[in-house]
Amino acid sequence: MSFALKDGRIEKDIFARRAVLASVFVFILVCVLAARMIYLQVVQYDVHASKSENNRVQLKPVPPTRGLIFDRNGVLLAENLPSHSLTIVPERVDDMGYTLALIDTLIGLTQEERARFEQRVTQWRKPYESLALKYRLTEEEIAKIMVNSQFLKGVQVEAELVRHYPQGEILAHVLGYVGQINEREKQRLDARRYKATRRIGKIGIERYYEDLLHGDVGYQKVETNAQGRVLKVLEKQNPVPGRNLMLNLDVELQKIGFEAFNGRRGSLVAIDPKTGGILAMVSSPSFDPNWFVLGISHERYNGLRDSLDVPLFDRATRGQYPPGSTMKPFIGLAFLEAGVTNWSETIKDPGWYMLENDERVYRDWKRTGHGDAIDLEHAIIQSCDTYFYEMSVRTGIDFLEPFLSQFGFGQNMALDVGNALPGLLPNRQWKRQNRGRSWYAGDTLNMGLGQGFMLVTPLQLATATSVYAARGKWQRAKLVQYIDGEKLAEETRPADVEIKNPKDWDRMNHAMEEVITHYLGTAKSLRRGLKYTLAAKTGTAQVVGIKQNETYDSEALAERQRDHALFMAFAPVDDPKIAVAVVVENGESAGGVAGPIARKVMDHYLSKSNVSEVADGR
Amino acid sequence: MAGDFSRQLGTGDMGRRKSWWNRLHIDPTMFFLLVLLASIGLFVLYSASGQNWNMVYRQATYFGLGFFIMFVIAQFHPRWFQMAAPWMYGAGVVALLLVLLIGVGAKGAQRWLSVFGLFRFQPSEIMKLVVPMTMAWFLASKLLPPRFKVIVASMAIIFLPTLMVMKQPDLGTSLLIAASGLFVLLFAGLNWRWIALALATVLAVAPIMWYGVMHDYQKQRVLTFLDPESDPLGSGWNIIQSKTAIGSGGVEGKGYMQGTQSQLEFLPERHTDFIIAVFAEEQGLIGVIMLLLLYLVIIWRGIYMASRARDTFDRLVGGALVVTFFIYVFVNIGMVSGILPVVGVPLPLISYGGTSIVTLMAAFGVLMSVYTHRQV
Repeated sequence: MSFALKDGRIEKDIFARRAVLASVFVFILVCVLAARMIYLQVVQYDVHASKSENNRVQLKPVPPTRGLIFDRNGVLLAENLPSHSLTIVPERVDDMGYTLALIDTLIGLTQEERARFEQRVTQWRKPYESLALKYRLTEEEIAKIMVNSQFLKGVQVEAELVRHYPQGEILAHVLGYVGQINEREKQRLDARRYKATRRIGKIGIERYYEDLLHGDVGYQKVETNAQGRVLKVLEKQNPVPGRNLMLNLDVELQKIGFEAFNGRRGSLVAIDPKTGGILAMVSSPSFDPNWFVLGISHERYNGLRDSLDVPLFDRATRGQYPPGSTMKPFIGLAFLEAGVTNWSETIKDPGWYMLENDERVYRDWKRTGHGDAIDLEHAIIQSCDTYFYEMSVRTGIDFLEPFLSQFGFGQNMALDVGNALPGLLPNRQWKRQNRGRSWYAGDTLNMGLGQGFMLVTPLQLATATSVYAARGKWQRAKLVQYIDGEKLAEETRPADVEIKNPKDWDRMNHAMEEVITHYLGTAKSLRRGLKYTLAAKTGTAQVVGIKQNETYDSEALAERQRDHALFMAFAPVDDPKIAVAVVVENGESAGGVAGPIARKVMDHYLSKSNVSEVADGR
Repeated sequence: MAGDFSRQLGTGDMGRRKSWWNRLHIDPTMFFLLVLLASIGLFVLYSASGQNWNMVYRQATYFGLGFFIMFVIAQFHPRWFQMAAPWMYGAGVVALLLVLLIGVGAKGAQRWLSVFGLFRFQPSEIMKLVVPMTMAWFLASKLLPPRFKVIVASMAIIFLPTLMVMKQPDLGTSLLIAASGLFVLLFAGLNWRWIALALATVLAVAPIMWYGVMHDYQKQRVLTFLDPESDPLGSGWNIIQSKTAIGSGGVEGKGYMQGTQSQLEFLPERHTDFIIAVFAEEQGLIGVIMLLLLYLVIIWRGIYMASRARDTFDRLVGGALVVTFFIYVFVNIGMVSGILPVVGVPLPLISYGGTSIVTLMAAFGVLMSVYTHRQV
């Protein structure tokens, strides 16, 4: 080895030995790989097989189609329109700023859309849930997004059914609207049923009948790729669509009622006394419920919320007003029932009334009084306050309160109107608890005029009028007539109002007719062109609610201090088909402002030939 | 050179009649094994690419080019390689230097050299062939087994280009270049003591590499390798998905084009580095074992061919190239099945990609050359 000579044979031997070693080495490593494969594919097969299956197959909830809402004649009031929305899964987006900028250059984004989206990103939501950025895409916009989809990771065009209210503002308060499910609602809802649902009824019928309208979630077992795109439906269980509702409401009547207000603040409720079906329920002014479905902008919402006319407020069910003289027919019946007077007794009305041991003078609305001989009939026709002062004192609160309660005052007796307020029918106990004082005789006097503590909602007044028109036979007010063609389940009814002498109904009806027909009637202006018999009572209510520290401009203040005008009526007198209550805030003249609104609705309703026909449920 | 060539063909056979294959300088056994492997490659690619015929056509074209290059290279007498090796090495190092200075690339790595803006090439790929040739050239002139000075010089030859490629950074290729050079040393009879010493050095150097040389993305790969579950949606995703793909294939596989992991795009890079997972998912353990056996046969045949070569240079070059080929296979399948870090090495002749095919087929061309130009 000392000679550095190259020897080909030795080198060849070295190589041969090393080549054998290399071959063995390679064989061992191949065995290592094979062993690894056996480990993964045989030993761990179950683990990986189920992992792969979980990757591949996903259980996707399918939202049910929300039930439709029709009016009594089958006119569609709430429908579901297909809409393509641009949605984003924020978790899948690498650069949100870039993505939004690109979408903006492609199809344009309004400030509002951006703001709404950014707000939603920060709100609570399910991880990997897509968030809507832009709704109601046009074909062209969809195409632009699709063409650029490789630059828009996490951006999708999703087709969904979106609630639409074709009647817009005229039914906003009745139908309500659906809106994005919020976190609080999430806690309350059945997570399984609402797994695929994005929106829920927020107010009105949409909220009250949410359970029926919603339907039941379906499922699809789908094969998805790594991007979550559905490639194949393996198995499915169809969702159960929500149930369709047919209302008692007549949308034409509703429209006439709404337009009759011409923007004035107020409410009208019309009820069919035979069924309790709510034919129209107007709250004016109103708003477009469609704004809320896809998420209303802050700006628009603030505009609605801060408007002096509070269009979001449902006056029909939540507006509580002193009923004023519209109470007189009910209270008049109470006098008769209490036996403190009869149809023939007359009193003298000097234009004021005083209690014994009380220096306060209770005035009649007419300073000069209604004459020397006022009976109950004329006390109704001319709305004589003095008569009612006198008889109220005779009757007393302890008889008056339970009697009026039979007509549903002070409670929400409506069958399916959610959130309706109960109004207020005071008694001794109430006053002690809430005012800390005992009941004074003066309180009874005020109540005899429908003033003082008593409050009613237009819905309550209409219900009471309807019960009155049906001669005490109760039908609870109800919006829905049929659910999927099935008549709304029979409800528990309050006890009918029974009076000792049923003839009193006729006499009182006659007096109420004369409110229109008598030359002294408070609503005699409504006589013109009347083609049916109409019983009515007017009322005005003093506005006391303006707080001293609220800043209104003086003109608005003056307008808003005027009396509320109220009106209750039913027709035809012998066979009542419609009972109506109207409140016009600061309307001042019951006969001149509230009465004509009621008449427009009744004229229309009674002129229709199909009034008595019962619409079938389909 | 043409004269040389014909003389070689005309007068080369002394003892026995030269076969038609030998005249073409092609070993028929190896040729058929390679054709078989390439066919399997196209077959798998059709499924792995999501039934993309375009990709299969392109890959077939690469194979055509690869086999052509193999054929051309096989015609050269090994002595040409021996003569050219140091020059090619020098040119290669210069090219790598240029890559570091003016190279182009993507994703934070500079790997290509743009030639007058006409075409781009990757000098590191060529070094996979040039480094073992240079090593063989160097050692062939030395007394074997190599002594210490020679070993030190060899290390310099190997690690200069290796470190330059690592700087690009391209960890996978640099490891393969180093391996191809080291295998020459091993085949030259490197003393086992030195091998043991080298392993000890590697263990000592590892921490230095970790803190001094490795890029963050490389460290991240190692960390992800050690605990892929720690980042299941990020860097661990690939390995988790590929293991799931392989494992869920079971013994018999899910069937051709039925692999849900691959077809539904859960498996990333499924037509390139991770293609073995597609194969394992669809063909199962049986298919994988068959494929491993095919590789084993190719490598054994290659080692045999190298050992039958004309002289030391030829044997060293041939042996080193064959074992390097195996390292490709081992590193790729090892990383996809989760026993080695993800270093970005394609599966030889199966993964989609022209560069790898051309380089590998050129290596087989060299092997064919050393085998068919031997004196019997």
